[in-house]
Amino acid sequence: MTRRWPGFLLIAVLLVLWEYASAEKLIDPVSMPRVSVIAASWWRSIAGGPLLHAILPTLGRIFAGFALAVVVAVPLGLLMGSVSLVYRLVEPITEFIRPIPSSAYIPVAILFLGIDNEMKVFVVFVACLFPILLNTYGGVRSVDPVLIDTGRTFGVTRVAALWRIVLPAALPSILTGMRISLGIALIVAVVAEMIAGNSGIGYFILDMQRVFRVPEMFAGIFTLGVLGFAINFVFLGIEGRLLHWRGTPAET
Amino acid sequence: MIVATATRMPPGDAAPAAPTPIIELRAVSKIFSARGRDLTVFDGLTCGIAPGSFVSVIGPSGCGKSTLLKIISGLEPATAGEVRFENRAVAGPPKGMVYVFQQYTRSIFPWRTVRGNVEFGLRARKAVSRAEAHERCEEYINLVGLDGYADYYPYQLSGGMQQRVCIARALIGEPAVLLMDEPFSAVDAMTRALLQELVLKIWDKLAITILFVTHDVDEAVLLSSRIISLGRAGTGIAQDVMIDLPRPRDQIATRAEPRFTALRQQLFSSIFMQEKTGASPPPSASPGEMPGKAT
Repeated sequence: MTRRWPGFLLIAVLLVLWEYASAEKLIDPVSMPRVSVIAASWWRSIAGGPLLHAILPTLGRIFAGFALAVVVAVPLGLLMGSVSLVYRLVEPITEFIRPIPSSAYIPVAILFLGIDNEMKVFVVFVACLFPILLNTYGGVRSVDPVLIDTGRTFGVTRVAALWRIVLPAALPSILTGMRISLGIALIVAVVAEMIAGNSGIGYFILDMQRVFRVPEMFAGIFTLGVLGFAINFVFLGIEGRLLHWRGTPAET
Repeated sequence: MIVATATRMPPGDAAPAAPTPIIELRAVSKIFSARGRDLTVFDGLTCGIAPGSFVSVIGPSGCGKSTLLKIISGLEPATAGEVRFENRAVAGPPKGMVYVFQQYTRSIFPWRTVRGNVEFGLRARKAVSRAEAHERCEEYINLVGLDGYADYYPYQLSGGMQQRVCIARALIGEPAVLLMDEPFSAVDAMTRALLQELVLKIWDKLAITILFVTHDVDEAVLLSSRIISLGRAGTGIAQDVMIDLPRPRDQIATRAEPRFTALRQQLFSSIFMQEKTGASPPPSASPGEMPGKAT
């Protein structure tokens, strides 16, 4: 953290410039209010409740969709990576579905699941699925064959090797997939909230913009930034603990 | 050498009576097919390995030394013929036989500590209580000279230490046969000398048969009770030599023996001549590295 101070300094400088530009009306202070005004309304929104109440639904959707994706994608990826028939069966569908932006599923999901949590969790789930799946089977397929042969010489069966050798060997790659997914999950959750429903940070931002409470709108956007940073920070910590045997800090 | 197992030799018939081989190769053939071309590595290879012996397999590069070991271990199937271990046909890695890989960095489990790696070898084949496992691990970690390193991860160890871990992991299950594929070719000369002493010590101490593949003739002579020198791919066994140097073998004293030099000379010159003549055909036609052979 200590080596990252130049970056934080730059953020501070940019915020000060913004504050100054807005105060001196170099930029439109109505659509770009001063940072201090945004900060004050952020505090009011958090302390007063509306923004605080918006964070929990968004977080809940992200983690529910993400967790479901992990539960489905990791076993499926292990199978795809180790059983050639499963790979050949599933891979073409994967390649076809993968390029479709997950936000494109929202209208369909609304038809089937309505505009509530189920729809948003589903969309997050679909968005998280592919990065985890791809990284899992990629990781499995690149497990060193010598490692597998080592297991065989000790009498480890193919099925047992999945758990005892393949999974730990592919773990760095699986975790990379999870980290990518978490970033996407936040994006997709917010988009889904903006399109339908009346809860979550996405809804809060859009709602504030509609009633022209611009500082609150920015407060919501900044909250997303902090949230994304915090999620990544926590995940890197978990990743570092799980992969401490590599002896190098997890890539950021 | 052809050994019949069904009819055991009557005692006193041959002096000294040849023991029933622990490993038997019966007309083993191996043909690699790559890009429409067949390469015969072994064509009806037959031989037996006596229990408790230390047998090294040497030969010119590409002769199939490592392939032979893979076939014996059950990791790789033979094209024809049969490998028998303790009188049972080998189909897949049998219990009681463990393979130590040349590429220890790729064979060690990086996510397990030294103890975790060694314990893998113990628990893989049988259920052992936690307390007993802990004690046995300690014993074998000490045997390979890694006292005090039980809780280290592989990335914290040198290459020689990593290979020691792999050896402890292989030994802890008390296998009857240890198959070692150029186990010391990737470490520096001094580490290699120390690891050779370790293997000698282990072979003296434990009732174990070691089959050892190496490209280093000196190493083979120093360690072995018998050396099988393979000819170029497809030609089978070129020489089969009993190494009658006194034991215990010693890095300094054994190497100083005139008999050591004579044996080394005899084996080295034969392989060297094959390598030299083997280099003459154009590169496109030369078999090069065996597909199954690790580099």
